[in-house]
Amino acid sequence: MRIVIAEDSVLLRAGLTKLLADGGFDVVDAVADAEQLLRAVAEHRPDLALIDVRMPPTHTDEGIRAALVIRHQFPAVAVLVLSQYVEERYATDLLSVRTSGVGYLLKDRVAQVSDFLAALHRVAAGGTALDPEVVAQLLVRHRQDPMDRLTPRELEVLRLMAEGRSNHGIVDTLKVSHSAVEKYITSILSKLDLPPTDADHRRVLAVLRFLRI
Amino acid sequence: MTSVETAVPRRAGALRTVLSGLWSARTWRATLHALAGLPLGVAAFALTCGLPVGAGYSAIWSLLYASGDDLALTTLFVVLTVTATLSLPRVVRGLSAVQRRRFRALLDVEIPPSHGWWRQFGYHVLSLFIGVSGAAAVAVCWSATLLAWAEPAYLVLAAPALVAAPWVARVVARADTAAARALLGPSRNEELSVRVETLSRSRAEVVAATDAERRRIERDLHDGAQQRLVSLAMNLGMARANLTDLPAPARQAIVEAHDEATQALAELREFVRGLHPAVLDDRGLDAALSGIAARAPVPVRVAVSVPDRCSPVVEAVAYFVVSEALTNIARHAHASRAEVTVDRVADRLRVVVTDDGRGGATPGGGTGLHGLAQRAASVDGTFALHSPAGGPTTVTVELPCGS
Repeated sequence: MRIVIAEDSVLLRAGLTKLLADGGFDVVDAVADAEQLLRAVAEHRPDLALIDVRMPPTHTDEGIRAALVIRHQFPAVAVLVLSQYVEERYATDLLSVRTSGVGYLLKDRVAQVSDFLAALHRVAAGGTALDPEVVAQLLVRHRQDPMDRLTPRELEVLRLMAEGRSNHGIVDTLKVSHSAVEKYITSILSKLDLPPTDADHRRVLAVLRFLRI
Repeated sequence: MTSVETAVPRRAGALRTVLSGLWSARTWRATLHALAGLPLGVAAFALTCGLPVGAGYSAIWSLLYASGDDLALTTLFVVLTVTATLSLPRVVRGLSAVQRRRFRALLDVEIPPSHGWWRQFGYHVLSLFIGVSGAAAVAVCWSATLLAWAEPAYLVLAAPALVAAPWVARVVARADTAAARALLGPSRNEELSVRVETLSRSRAEVVAATDAERRRIERDLHDGAQQRLVSLAMNLGMARANLTDLPAPARQAIVEAHDEATQALAELREFVRGLHPAVLDDRGLDAALSGIAARAPVPVRVAVSVPDRCSPVVEAVAYFVVSEALTNIARHAHASRAEVTVDRVADRLRVVVTDDGRGGATPGGGTGLHGLAQRAASVDGTFALHSPAGGPTTVTVELPCGS
């Protein structure tokens, strides 16, 4: 799997390159700012771009803006953004284009090597990886909507769906049975007024509604 | 012996004082100042009182009693009266400027400008008397000295005048300075308002400087310590994942180091974010508040409606007010939920934090509410607390958006 890394800290860039190479990824380029990143993506057309949010020259949200450009111009390239702090506003920006092939994680998560590599694989395969912190932030927004009808347990399940987990992942996290998870999801879909037409789409729609996008 | 020894220097000291008084530049400047006060005082009195009153009196007299032949003269008097009265404010300001220059040039005394028109007018009326009496006193003292020069027989008379002259000149200068300070300088009210302005400006600068310093520290930690720690945690994570064939104690050490590093990262992140959230500059208060609300131990709902952003300093104050209020709620309120509402009403940003806790909070109770009030006050904001025993508690902070 081919990857481009954009990270301005030399130390971290080298570390990430090694981590990904050891993890079986093919790091085709590692750059230090958003401009070089866009050039590298245009040139190499990687499967995934791993991007730091704060990069030169302004050290604010260059990474997010570059990620948005990539999502618009190169829909085939999955994007995983890393940041010292994760902010729901950046997440909604990222997800506003497409909800597949996108990830937004705290930088700390790279220390949990196997989880991080799993998230990378998931995003590259067209899935999502949202940091639990982002999901928690999205939950505090004030709103009057069908979401209020969900039970705490159903919200928890929906939250794990939003983080990008499969049914299997939810079973592992919540330590409940497969059938229970399926029951929760059916209940969520009916409470959110998503009639049964195509199972996969309904699942994405539920997550979208949950994230208010 | 001792009495002689002390008497001689004392006498020499007195003589030196007299001579130094005569030679000192201050004496001569005071003398010049007093002499210059005479023509200025006369001119000021003439322009501010003599001319308008005289012309007015003449005009009224002419209008009442003059014959038709004197129409030209009557008209002149009327025109003069009107002109002199109308130009009085400008004349007073001009004279004040000249007098201030006299004090600055001759005495090195700075009289700050004032807007009190009547007080300045008062000084110009008074300056005739100060000018005449001051110049006369100084002139008499020095001319007695000149008299002794011409006729040594008058030396007995002239000597005391000579000794007194410097002090008379200085006393006149001091009295004139006191009058000018009181009447030409700013009044107590004006001084206070200038002081208030200076103080609020310097306080605003201190608040802005503290804010800038927080941002700088946040940036430094973000670019330095945090990146290194992530790198360390990542390397330890790789070691933990790959070095599976190590002896148990070595493996245990790696596992512990990895956990420690991860923990340190999380703590540092909390701390750095508490210094200044970068997203606040980038996306504003609404975006930044969801971060602290999400991390509060009590479930929090956030509703922010700020269509136009306030100044960065006010946004930072509002952010920290919410952050501290939520910390307070977690520590003291025994609440099950909280709500944060921020909206902008005209030019004021209103921050309301409510919880469903036990209430009974007081700003002096060591609960951090005092700090909240101080934060609000730092930008001229207001702080209100409503917390009946049994709850609920509402903290309302209003901040002016511009500062």
